[in-house]
This record gives sequence, C-alpha cells and structure tokens, in this order.
Amino acid sequence: MSEFTLPQNSRITEGRHFPAAAGAKNVRTFRVYRWNPDDAANPRVDRYDVDLATCGPMVLDALIKIKNEIDPTVTFRRSCREGICGSCAMNIDGTNTLACTRAIEDLPAGDVKLYPLPHMPVVKDLVPDLTHFYAQLSSIRPWIRTETPPPPDRERLQSREDRAKLDGYYECILCACCSTACPSYWWNADRYLGPAILLQAYRWIVDSRDEDTGTRLDELEDPFKLYRCHTIMNCTRTCPKGLNPAKAIAETKKLLVERRA
Amino acid sequence: MSQFRTPLKRALGLGSAKHGVHHFLVQRLTAIALIILGIWFVWFVLRLPGLDFDGARALLAAPWNALLMGLFVIAAFWHAQLGLQVVVEDYVHTHGWQLFLQVAIRFLCILGAAASVFAILRIALGR
Repeated sequence: MSEFTLPQNSRITEGRHFPAAAGAKNVRTFRVYRWNPDDAANPRVDRYDVDLATCGPMVLDALIKIKNEIDPTVTFRRSCREGICGSCAMNIDGTNTLACTRAIEDLPAGDVKLYPLPHMPVVKDLVPDLTHFYAQLSSIRPWIRTETPPPPDRERLQSREDRAKLDGYYECILCACCSTACPSYWWNADRYLGPAILLQAYRWIVDSRDEDTGTRLDELEDPFKLYRCHTIMNCTRTCPKGLNPAKAIAETKKLLVERRA
Repeated sequence: MSQFRTPLKRALGLGSAKHGVHHFLVQRLTAIALIILGIWFVWFVLRLPGLDFDGARALLAAPWNALLMGLFVIAAFWHAQLGLQVVVEDYVHTHGWQLFLQVAIRFLCILGAAASVFAILRIALGR
C-alpha cells in the first residue's frame, strides 16, 4: 500500500554548517543532501556558505567549488558541464533539472536546496541509482529495426518532412529529470516505463526508416507500461531541454487508437 | 538487487498485456456521453422542485426522459468503474487487496447500474 511517512532510517537530519571564509563578499548558502552507504547514519542536509564572487554562474560551478575548496566528500555526477550528457541531473529548489545549465542567480531567493532525483534509490549523496531506468530503455530496444537491408551504396534516406517528425524527440539526453518528476513513475516504476523511455519509444515509432512500428506499438500497449500516464505533465514542465514527453505519449496513444479504427 | 536476476529481466517483467486501448477508448466515449447526458440531467433535476411526487414520477416516466436517465446511469457507472479501476491500479500494490478491490468495484458498479435501470423501468412501464 501507499506509504505516507519516510521509514525511520530515511528521515533527514540537520547536518554540519561550513561558514564562508572571512572576507567573502557575496555569500549564498547551499543546503546539500548527504547520505553515505558506508555508515549507519541517517541522511542529513549540510549547509555550505559559498562566496559567489569567486564562483562560476551555474549551480554545478558552486558544487565543484564546494568539493574543491570546502568539503571533498560531497559526491555528485558531472561530465560535460554544458547540458548534453545529463549526468548532473538533480533536484534543485524542488525542480528536477541539470545543475550545469541552471544559473544560481535565476533561483528564487534564500538557500539553494540540492537533493538527488526524487524517489530513486540513492547510491551516495546526490547520485541516484539509475540501473532500472537504463534497463527500461534497453527493454524497448531503442535502435532502428528493419527487414529491408540497407542500400549497398548509401545511407537510408528520409524526406525532409519525415526528418522533421523527429524534432523535439531526438534531442533527449536521457537525464531522467522527467521520469523522476512523474508521480505515476514514483508509484509504479517497476512496470510503468515513464516519460523518458516512452519518448524514446515514440522517437523510433515515428522514424520513417524503421520497419518494426507494429511490434513497437504492441509492446507498449499495456495498462502499466504506457497507460499509467495520466497526463499530469510534470515531465514537460521539468524537462531541462524544453522537450515535451507528454506529447510523445499522447501521440503514441493516438496511434494505438488509429490502428483499431 | 541480488537474487541473481538481471536488471533487464526485471524491466521486461511479464511482457506487454497487449491491451489497454479499449479501456482508454471507452473511458473517453463514456466521458463524452456524460457531458451530453449531464446537460440533460441538470435540466431534469431543475424541473423537479416544482413538482409533487406524482408529477415527478410522470416526468421520469415520459419516454425520452426514461430513456436518457437509463443511458445516464449506465454511462455514469461504467465511467466510474473504469476510473476506480485505475485508482486501485495506481495506489494499491498488495496483490490480494488489489484483486479484492477490482472485483468489488466491478460487482458494485454493475449492481448499481442494474438496480437503477430496473427502478427506471418500473417507473416508466409501471401502472
């Protein structure tokens, strides 16, 4: 059944405070979720006072500054620092987004709250366990599937109109912000594929070069895999790339209706 | 995690049920029907306060009113069953409870619809 309180060992406690160095000019406090699998302690929130005068503009810059200069034990994922790898997806002031593309000065006033992506198992601090998310991506076999062998002398061609149908879908970087913002995914992630994976599935369903559309639709037509989507729209609201997973899901539902009529 | 099962095995689960469109379609069809029938239902209810018992009975017994009231209760119970089914699927994760509630919801909705239609028929065709 649904649980309305966190288990005893998941309750978050107040952690340590790291004051800014003397002479700091423009101080902003970052409240960072901390949890270490190697000790038996509950998760805690540590407070870091960061001098923005000597810090880059993005939330990720502040995290890197904290790790380099204040507390090297803070753990988070990052790689490209330009919004294309999706590694630094986290919950910033209550919204899932990429730390590398979220400017500190655009955040609402007050302390900046940094938590891992919601409702995922935590590996450590801001690092969620995305094993199941990636397995769900594998389960839809997200690559071109054809009967016809490719032309011997060139690539598979596509009209400009058909290519345009992939716009808004091929840009997805699989950061998992949308899926972990979705209440349906929170309650039923074991069976519901979630917005990110359904967007990927639709990206192949609309691809004019793919010949396995029917099988793809067959595999999605399921009360849980697809129809747990209740058009809550958190996915579209939160997407750091400005994409619309809810539309991909709605288009998939339309195609399923279309092929019956 | 352990249990010697791969993540893909867990993600694939029991595979696709290959159904769900029918539920999706009927939920929307009954919703459209309820919008239309709902407008008639409001008109019907607004006429009731000015009538005594026999007058109200005669109003419901009029062929069009009896017909539309029958359709209204069928659409309403059907739509309610589909919606409650989804609520249970969403939030109830204990297998036994899930099964019990799905059966109970279906039985109660069918009972409610059948009893309503029976009552309407008695009023429309009685005396």
